[in-house]
Amino acid sequence: MNWELIFGQITWNSFVFAGAIENPSLSEFIASGAGTVAVLGALASVILLTVKRWWVPLWRDWLTSVDHKKVGIMYIVTALVMFARAVIEGALMRAQQLSAVDNSGFLSADHFGQLFSTHGTIMIFFVAMPFITGLMNYVMPLQIGARDVSFPLLNAISLMLTIAGAILIMVSLVIGQFSTGGWTAYPPFTGIHFSPGQGVDYWIWAVSLGSIGSTLTGLNFAVTIYKKRCPGMTLFRMPLFCWTTLCTSILMIFAMAPLTAATIMLALDRYAGFHFFTNGAGGNMMNYANLFWLFGHPEVYILILPAFGVWSEVVATFSSKRIYGYTSLVYATMCIAVLSFAVWLHHFFTMGQSANVNAVFGIATMVIGVPTGVKVYDWLLTMVGGRIRFTTPMLFHINFLLTFILGGMTGVLLANPGIDFQVHNTLFLVAHFHNMIIPGVLFGMFAAVQFWFPKAFGFRLHEGLGRASFWCFAPGFLLAFFPLYWLGMMGATRRTYMWTDPAYLPWLALAMAGAVLILTGFALMVTQIVVSVRRRAELAAPLGDPWDGRALEWSIPSPPPDWNFAVLPEVSSRHPFYEAKKAGTAYRSPTAYEDIEVPRNTATAPLIGLFACAWAFGLVWHIWWLVVVSFVLMWAVVIARSFASDTEEIIPAATVKAANEAFLAAVRATPGVTRDQEMTAANRGRAVPESLEGGAGVLSSGATVGVSR
Amino acid sequence: MSLSERLHPGINLAGTDPEGHEAAEEVLFGFWIFLMSDLVLFAVLFATYAAMSVQGIAEGPGPAEVFDLTAAFLETLLLLLSSFAFGFALLAMKYRENRRSVLAWLLVTGILGVAFVGMELHDYYVMATAHEATPQVSGFLSAYYLLTGTHALHVSSGLVWMAIMAIQIAVFGFDKRVKLRLMRLALFWHMLDVVWIGIFTFVYLFGVAS
Repeated sequence: MNWELIFGQITWNSFVFAGAIENPSLSEFIASGAGTVAVLGALASVILLTVKRWWVPLWRDWLTSVDHKKVGIMYIVTALVMFARAVIEGALMRAQQLSAVDNSGFLSADHFGQLFSTHGTIMIFFVAMPFITGLMNYVMPLQIGARDVSFPLLNAISLMLTIAGAILIMVSLVIGQFSTGGWTAYPPFTGIHFSPGQGVDYWIWAVSLGSIGSTLTGLNFAVTIYKKRCPGMTLFRMPLFCWTTLCTSILMIFAMAPLTAATIMLALDRYAGFHFFTNGAGGNMMNYANLFWLFGHPEVYILILPAFGVWSEVVATFSSKRIYGYTSLVYATMCIAVLSFAVWLHHFFTMGQSANVNAVFGIATMVIGVPTGVKVYDWLLTMVGGRIRFTTPMLFHINFLLTFILGGMTGVLLANPGIDFQVHNTLFLVAHFHNMIIPGVLFGMFAAVQFWFPKAFGFRLHEGLGRASFWCFAPGFLLAFFPLYWLGMMGATRRTYMWTDPAYLPWLALAMAGAVLILTGFALMVTQIVVSVRRRAELAAPLGDPWDGRALEWSIPSPPPDWNFAVLPEVSSRHPFYEAKKAGTAYRSPTAYEDIEVPRNTATAPLIGLFACAWAFGLVWHIWWLVVVSFVLMWAVVIARSFASDTEEIIPAATVKAANEAFLAAVRATPGVTRDQEMTAANRGRAVPESLEGGAGVLSSGATVGVSR
Repeated sequence: MSLSERLHPGINLAGTDPEGHEAAEEVLFGFWIFLMSDLVLFAVLFATYAAMSVQGIAEGPGPAEVFDLTAAFLETLLLLLSSFAFGFALLAMKYRENRRSVLAWLLVTGILGVAFVGMELHDYYVMATAHEATPQVSGFLSAYYLLTGTHALHVSSGLVWMAIMAIQIAVFGFDKRVKLRLMRLALFWHMLDVVWIGIFTFVYLFGVAS
């Protein structure tokens, strides 16, 4: 029996625990510890599912579901699990750099290299991407008054491909090593000559799976927004979150293809001896840099635009005002989306193109600051004259405005090629992009979770713990990353595992303290969720509108029924639900109910994900039988599905009517709460609109001071 | 504007099957967007080829030494004719809903498509044996094989899809799903023509002329 025929290149030494046995050191023990945590985590999940008898519900109600709301929640759960790993890796790197002034610290250089590679790869592809995708999945169809996305099964397939990629990265903790080439995986270092072994292959296939999933998501959401808006919902009546979703979707359609092309070419170089990016035989690594950043720069806007959408919703709701400058925000979003394709070269100013080329891309980069600035002013002016409630999402928003501007300024600095040459590849850059992504994207997603959690689950999150986590996250971020600006200017290079300059020490210590605060914030956030689940009775807000919301998603029960809207709404303004509440026409019974057709659950998507994961694993370890078998099975599932005819089920009008009338009766029987009582147990999800509150001296909502359009 | 007046690019069912036309709006729009993102992939491969065919030749042979224009021209004819045949298949589907004639036209399309892929494989064989021009030789050849290979892979998967559609026509007849799938396959097939015209022009004609 030929071992290699069955197991490919996997040997006993591939398992992470072998390293700790053969070469005991702290670095190896940490690697083994991480592997153990991954294995134990998986085991614990299996045991929990078995003991609680959750296997069947998990399969029946979740994994096989094609409901956009469940798909969205599964995306966000994936993102949070992966975040737990990647944030710990970040803290570990801070600890290593702190302990490695004038000695080699406790991690090996190779281990440190794997850490910054997995940290970046996971944070971008398996935290930020699934987080925004999950949120768009959940919220966008509700906001445009649709019952689902255009292609629900395709949506579930995108999710399962993303999860397959995430699983592959988790497997790399236990079997084999990950790449040491950073999240950008620049060749020729990541070519087979300099990086033999499976590390880079893990990166290639995990990222490729995520990339294909995102392409399909972009396509799906764009079609949904173009074709599935409810009657009366013109494009310029859509909530801003839908606009940013549309722009992000368009970016995904265009920007993911270059990444797929780059990873395929890198794979061909490594597996088949091609010469796309090799040093000799006509290979050209600059082509990789171009392809990667042709994806990579739009990617940062793919991430930030949905967060901008969240900020627009949050600031308007918690200022009890309509958003200021709606139209300008739409155009600013579009400008950013278009410009994002014109700046990719600023990621490699130092790689040898002429000064004139650099100047063009530098100026284009600075120009992006203009529409972004427009947005910042719009958000600020939305708060002017509003009745601001300092809830957790609003705190995150104000923190975002303050810190994002600073990050933007350092971005304008970096856009100047002359300055970029000085700080290129230093911690200054690391500080800059964390300064954009953490307060902008990550905190935006945290704010979104606080904001829409009651919609998804029917109860609010514990406000006190939410604020506590904010007060760890926000200063934690400042402490962890602002010292890096100084370190960068002192010449500290990024991705460095040991130092010789003692002057770095105090700044590294500050950064470490920040990392501890961030970890504490995350622990508090997890605690918040656990506590809120326990106290869900007193936090319940099933009537759907806990924050005095303005768009359609707040007009339906929390959690929404499978069919979202009992009767598809018809809108005639930008704030349909808010205006209906004001006019007293909200919560009216529809004149007639109709049968609703919804797609049946199907095993198609999880099976495709499973085989895709096995296929990628086979490719990483050169297990060719597995590659062939899982590839055939993957497509067999697709073909078998194309022959299935009974894919829809009918929900009878009587069922819809019973559920909806019960909801409406409950709403009518509940007195509305004012904004003062928003965080009390009295808030069951029926809001008295701000303009109808008897509060003296408060500006009526919708009215703006002097700047009304 | 009534739905029957809302036409999409490509063949429309509006005149003969209003219900099918209504269902077509969303799925065909989605497929156009898919084609667009697929074209971005090809655009990237073309750009890579453009750079590599000039700067990536290294010690290996150049384009003019390895390309056979006659074969490429015949391949062009085969693929264009197969698209022509697919057009007839769709017209037969729309106006006659006649299984036999649609299947006959699909068979013609499929045979021409198989001939195209066969000829391309033969090209690769000749290049590898007579000129020792394998993808491992130079960046230029890597880019050439990836660009044309991706196209050939698309054509091959189109052929598999076509075979499945033939079975579905035989099993289900012309119900709405089958019609919409055939319409999408047709768009896919015609797009591959467009990409091939690009390959014929920029890879073969420019390559031999330079």
